[in-house]
Amino acid sequence: MTELTGLVEIRFHGRGGQGAVVASQILAAALFKEGKFVQAFPAFGVERRGAPVAAFIRVSDRPILLRCEIYHPDHLVVLDPTLIYAVDVTAGLKEGGWILINSDRSPGEFRLPAKFRVATVDANRIAVRHHLGDPANPIVNTAILGAFARITGLVRLESLLEAVREEVPLRKEENAAATKEAYEEARAGEH
Amino acid sequence: MAAEVELKAGIPSGRKVITGNYAVSYGAALARAQVIAAYPITPQTQIVELLADFCAEGLLQAKFIKVESEHSAMAACIGASAVGARAFTATSAQGLALMHEMLHWAAGARLPVVLANVNRAMGPPWSIWTDQNDSLSQRDTGWIQYYCESNQEALDTVIQAYKVAERVSLPAMLVLDAFFLSHTSEPVEIPEQGLVDRYLPPYRPKYKLDLADPRAFGGITMPSEYFELRYKIQKAMEEALAVAEEADLEFKRLFGRGYGLVEPYRLEGAELALVTSGTVTSTARLVIDRLRAEGEKVGLLKARLFRPFPTSLVREHLLGILKIAVIDRNISFGHGGIFAQEIKSALYNHGQPPLFGFIAGLGGRDITPELIEEIIEYALSHDRPEEEIIWMGVKR
Repeated sequence: MTELTGLVEIRFHGRGGQGAVVASQILAAALFKEGKFVQAFPAFGVERRGAPVAAFIRVSDRPILLRCEIYHPDHLVVLDPTLIYAVDVTAGLKEGGWILINSDRSPGEFRLPAKFRVATVDANRIAVRHHLGDPANPIVNTAILGAFARITGLVRLESLLEAVREEVPLRKEENAAATKEAYEEARAGEH
Repeated sequence: MAAEVELKAGIPSGRKVITGNYAVSYGAALARAQVIAAYPITPQTQIVELLADFCAEGLLQAKFIKVESEHSAMAACIGASAVGARAFTATSAQGLALMHEMLHWAAGARLPVVLANVNRAMGPPWSIWTDQNDSLSQRDTGWIQYYCESNQEALDTVIQAYKVAERVSLPAMLVLDAFFLSHTSEPVEIPEQGLVDRYLPPYRPKYKLDLADPRAFGGITMPSEYFELRYKIQKAMEEALAVAEEADLEFKRLFGRGYGLVEPYRLEGAELALVTSGTVTSTARLVIDRLRAEGEKVGLLKARLFRPFPTSLVREHLLGILKIAVIDRNISFGHGGIFAQEIKSALYNHGQPPLFGFIAGLGGRDITPELIEEIIEYALSHDRPEEEIIWMGVKR
């Protein structure tokens, strides 16, 4: 394989309308603020509301020359827990990789291979509490990023909050508050 | 009331994480495009969406014209350019094909319109994914063509394209890969407006449509004159080579970034040269680095300017190298890869080394480091290509 020292690849799974693509862009912007090189892109295709979608980011200390799709992500962020069993979310995931799931359940309740690390956060509840989207279709992207920062330690909460305020078009403070709350509530655990 | 109109400071500069689409929008805005005409529906991209926002917010003083087709978009650009305005449009695939007649018109009328084409595969069957058949099908229209490797290069090339186009009175197209650049966000330096203004002064056409000084343009031309006008387009294309090189050097002096018309990468002492264009170049750099570290004598030539074709630079960099492997994300049906043909033709009569023509990645099929390694291994392990076209990853 080609030399890729220091390159981290992350895949987001969501449903059209949940904000997975924007989540990848906010995370890229936050990492960029920390001096990292980043690349963020959606799954190359057409998106439909409610259908499974994916988005990706690469992050590195050096300029990123690799311009192909991501097949072996280091970590996963799953915005809708029903996707866990609907699509092959763990396809290509590297051993030891984090799977962060938006769910009110505990990490141990997901039947996932032991070679992965699992964390959960109830981003739906947090998003609804901050009036992001509506109870039937909460917009959970900013909340789940807070949990991602906490669980993986790849990005600082401060950079993330700054990126959230800059990148979301509406309800900037509500989004930032959701990010912060999810940062505090994220649960990593045995499974 | 005048006090209610907020005066905008113009396009904000600085380093930002943006898509290739937006990088092009910023380039066109910083170039102070005065007329932007676009068809806003598929296969259009967000390029013109952000430009429309810039116009609506008053950040860009331009007339944004929504038209009913890409043919009309180019017609509007032609009209704008003919009266001396800096004109811009963007499109893709079938949209570019629909412009075809007007592309000839812009070049024949010697109008320096700039167009960004997001490389998407032609239908049918419908595809929104990348390959180069849309832009390469316009090879003989008289347009300057640049192929870009990164979002930064896309932004910078819009500005360079105007400089070159206006100097030689020919239209210019910059091309970027769908998704791999168009929808991928990465850090881009957005230059200061003042610096761009220094590099690119306002457009001052030699001749223009002017009520005060009436002239006719593009009327019927007899065989006694037409031939000479075609000769002059070719001469302008030849001149464009030197102009483009100078424009890139000047760009580098002012902005600290330059790209060349072609770029040799680790070609010193190489026995095999890989030739690539678009984003494949970027991924291939990693492969070349790894193979060099293992002692393989391989290098890369990036093709950036396609029209005019930098024949003598290609010869300068490739003659003396034992083998050449060209990756084409395109195909001229009935013959082969188009860059491979161009490179072969540049080397004909100059002691031709074996050239391997690879077709890969059509319709957005991924070109991974592993695929590029396979290509290099094939060329290294064969004295000559076994087939005229070597198809990579095709399911037979």
